[in-house]
Amino acid sequence: MAELVSTGQVKFADVEAGAELAEVSYPVTRLSLVKYCGASGDFNPIHWNERIAKAVGLPDVIAHGMFTMAETGRFVTDWAGPQGVVLELGVRFSSMVVVPDDDTGASVEVTGVVEEKLDGNRVRLALTARSNGSKVLTRSRAVVKLP
Amino acid sequence: MPINRDFLGRTFPASDPYEISRVKIRDFADAIGDPSPVFRDVAAAQAAGYPDIIAPPTFPIVITAAAGNRAATDPELGINYAMVVHGEQSFSYVRPLVAGDVVTTQTTITDIRAAAATRCSPTRPSSARSTANWCARHTRRSSSGAAPLDQGSAWLSW
Repeated sequence: MAELVSTGQVKFADVEAGAELAEVSYPVTRLSLVKYCGASGDFNPIHWNERIAKAVGLPDVIAHGMFTMAETGRFVTDWAGPQGVVLELGVRFSSMVVVPDDDTGASVEVTGVVEEKLDGNRVRLALTARSNGSKVLTRSRAVVKLP
Repeated sequence: MPINRDFLGRTFPASDPYEISRVKIRDFADAIGDPSPVFRDVAAAQAAGYPDIIAPPTFPIVITAAAGNRAATDPELGINYAMVVHGEQSFSYVRPLVAGDVVTTQTTITDIRAAAATRCSPTRPSSARSTANWCARHTRRSSSGAAPLDQGSAWLSW
């Protein structure tokens, strides 16, 4: 399990439009996917069964899109701090996260930029998620209210 | 089988109430690998200004996926659900979901369109791409009693 990135509290007044958020790499293993199946209730076998994944034309087991989105949400909440409130989170799934059956698995690298400061102490972030060199999310945005 | 456009604008019956527990939030946070105390420690959540532990931003999918799937799998809608790919997902929140919230979900089919498969189902394996010709968006709203909590929207394609 990756360490919590930030325990501090970012303040609206300290945020500048255009600021880049440091990249974080989140690991994804077969165990991650099995746990996510159980926690989410999405037991689609393409997320845990290599035989079925390959039978439907996938290269291997792939991560749930919602797992990838969850890691993006984690990037946002870690940055926003405990008092930051996520008001919007949206993504388009553009490519799959292939998770091999080995001890390493895959990873999702998330970066972000402060796109705009809005009224009401709100900030809009533009987010990027990549895995194995491909963009796995596009049009990924979050709006967060900061203290 | 073509999609039944009569379903555009259809709202499905509200789900049974779902009570959000601290344990389920912690399990979900564990599953996404997020150790943040506000998802597991009542004192930490209260110190940050919340009445109880809060749920991670994508947690509503736990509650609403079943309602959305029920709508998408209505046989009269004409979707081959085995071919469905999740194309987009968005959430907007009135406030974070909190342990103890009792949530009901209402699903509406808000858009149906014919579209190039590659536009709406980029994650579909290329071998199946030619069979995917439709996209549908369903939007669902969650509420706790009369209070709105969040709204989510998903594009499905097949």
